[in-house]
Amino acid sequence: MPDSAFLEAFELIATANADLYEILWLSVQVSITALLVSVVLGFPLGTTLAISDFRGKYLCTTVLNALMGLPPVVVGLLVYLALSRSGPFGVLGLLYTPTAMVIAQVILITPIIAALTYQVMDDLHHEYRELFLSLNIHLAKAISAYLWDARYSLITAVLAGFGRAISEVGAVMIVGGNIDHLTRVMTTAIALETSKGELAIALALGVVLLTLALLVNGLVTAVQTRARKYGYN
Amino acid sequence: MTFKKTIRTISTALFIPFGSTLAVADSIIVQSTTSTKNSGLYDHILPIVKEDTGITVNVVAVGTGQAIKNAQRCDGDVLLVHAKTSEEKFVAQGFGVKRSDLMYNDFIIVGPNNDPAGIQGSKDVSKSLGTIASSRALFVSRGDDSGTHKAELRLWQASGVDPASASGTWYRETGSGMGATLNTAVGMGAYAMTDRATWTKFGNKGDLKIHVEGDTRLFNQYGVILVNPKNCPNVKTSAGQQFIDWLLSNRGQLTIASYQVNGKQLFFPNAN
Amino acid sequence: METLRIETMGLGLAIRGSTLLNDISIQVATPGVTMILGPNGAGKSLLIKCLHGLIAPTRGRCEIGLHQDGDPIRQAMVFQKPVLLRRSVLDNLQFADRHSHQKEALQQALEAVRLLEKKDQPATQLSGGEQQRLSLARALITKPKLLFLDEPTASLDPASVLIIEQLIKQASQQGVKSVFISHDIGQAKRLASDVIFLNRGQVIEHTDAATFFTNPHSREAKAYLNGEIVL
Repeated sequence: MPDSAFLEAFELIATANADLYEILWLSVQVSITALLVSVVLGFPLGTTLAISDFRGKYLCTTVLNALMGLPPVVVGLLVYLALSRSGPFGVLGLLYTPTAMVIAQVILITPIIAALTYQVMDDLHHEYRELFLSLNIHLAKAISAYLWDARYSLITAVLAGFGRAISEVGAVMIVGGNIDHLTRVMTTAIALETSKGELAIALALGVVLLTLALLVNGLVTAVQTRARKYGYN
Repeated sequence: MTFKKTIRTISTALFIPFGSTLAVADSIIVQSTTSTKNSGLYDHILPIVKEDTGITVNVVAVGTGQAIKNAQRCDGDVLLVHAKTSEEKFVAQGFGVKRSDLMYNDFIIVGPNNDPAGIQGSKDVSKSLGTIASSRALFVSRGDDSGTHKAELRLWQASGVDPASASGTWYRETGSGMGATLNTAVGMGAYAMTDRATWTKFGNKGDLKIHVEGDTRLFNQYGVILVNPKNCPNVKTSAGQQFIDWLLSNRGQLTIASYQVNGKQLFFPNAN
Repeated sequence: METLRIETMGLGLAIRGSTLLNDISIQVATPGVTMILGPNGAGKSLLIKCLHGLIAPTRGRCEIGLHQDGDPIRQAMVFQKPVLLRRSVLDNLQFADRHSHQKEALQQALEAVRLLEKKDQPATQLSGGEQQRLSLARALITKPKLLFLDEPTASLDPASVLIIEQLIKQASQQGVKSVFISHDIGQAKRLASDVIFLNRGQVIEHTDAATFFTNPHSREAKAYLNGEIVL
């Protein structure tokens, strides 16, 4: 069966199957949007945590690392309860929309981005701390300097976030509802086909998703290798 | 008010190139079950609904229990499931306006080709279940409080067996939808109870085949209910009611009857 | 020209129970280069880090001011191991520049350390000597009145050592006070106007350069200058 799945996948892609592209496009949109929001939240959070010194810093970093392991289905449930009509944010009417899916994924991947950023920045901070103190660099300038200098390592964090987002099924299933032409993404489509016993199609979709992930990772690794070659890490 | 509008504008703006959101006026959300969805019925009737009424019907397919709970939480305009007692309770408690019979299909018992319990061709489902129990043949149940699951439990009761006490031994409860349960049954070479519609469309039958069918107790009644707007002010009452009226009309009933898979009719309309 | 005054009163530093600096009371009020000498582990780096404000002393205090009271004076430091940002040579210089110098001024600064041709190279790709020259250029671009240097030329090629020493002499003539840690006695003789000799976290002696190198007061300093191991 696996080899027929590859053939099926190739056929779906080659014939530019409209349904497939619709689902693929939505997956990418939702995950990229969630990734962007998470980066905006996670980069400064991780950096500030790494370069600040305050009571309870250790507690904060422990909690942040623990949040990386948030079970997606639990997050989905919590977001569902929040966005449900009878929930606190029900009036916004966001349930069963791609926006709800983005919200759920942001909650899932921000801790990952922030925690990995913290890790990178912590190392960088040990290196730069005395210099920045000596040069009297204020916090905002320090944060942007750290972010820029760590840019190639941060890409790994971003990739990890993207990987988590694009492969996630539990949360988006609950808050999106897997509605045809509306909130169906690659992972929920795979779940649906599996539940219909259409294992070949499910596998084929899986192959497509894997290919996408491979392409993204390959592209970024190429960028990183180039950076290393020119001494920028 | 402005905050709500801002959030909605931002969220819509994020997705404007991506397609419309559910803020579209003539679209409704139907909370229904995975077995109904997987049978392909909605793919058949919804385009026709759209043509006739202009309403876009968005179906959220989850387990029966979840569908009912979702509707109770006002996360849907119409409830369409096959669990009559629960549906009547839903209306009695004020969550729904009125319950109407819509259509029925039937359940069947499927099992491995070599039929370890020897029930092939039986017309008495409870007796067959009793035989499965006494021969300790593997049986996979949905175990998820769905309409199918509740029907299954009623049949066990009629056969005088309490399968829950054997849970984990020959009686395996997956706590999943119909498709996932069937996948498990195929994988284990076990018996299972499924609705005919899901079975006919199921793509992974493996070694399993139908052993018991036709017993009138395997009759599976579907009902449709409008979520009560008095309880849920957000319900799209007119569009929801329009959809229900369509389903119960001659046109709707005929469309349901016309749905066939492999030349077989899967659903039998029986609205009054 | 006003003379910078550095004064410490009973400065002490103890970390996790061990005393690293003990009751250091010094006054530095001469222009030029004050050399800090002493065996390894004497606490020289810790001392200048305390003076510069990178470490807080656990006892006593330090005062740095001009003869007439003015604003806090600008200080800069060149570290033992160069710390450069992951960007080009020119960008590293620009990063430290608080006076928003024009590009020409930055390029002049690079020319002074013979790094102008490499201005667009990633700083991490420079040799040790080049990196340290860049570090000095970076320190000087901030127009400090007080410059701390922690063994800046240790294990550098002679050409780099020469460039760095010339720049420090030049800066000194322009009124920049330098406090310079070195292990190289020859270098100390070349640059120092006065010498602070540290051993085991304490100031053993503080004399003018001429006296120190010909006739030091302390036994330890004598031994050190003799090339003996000072315990």
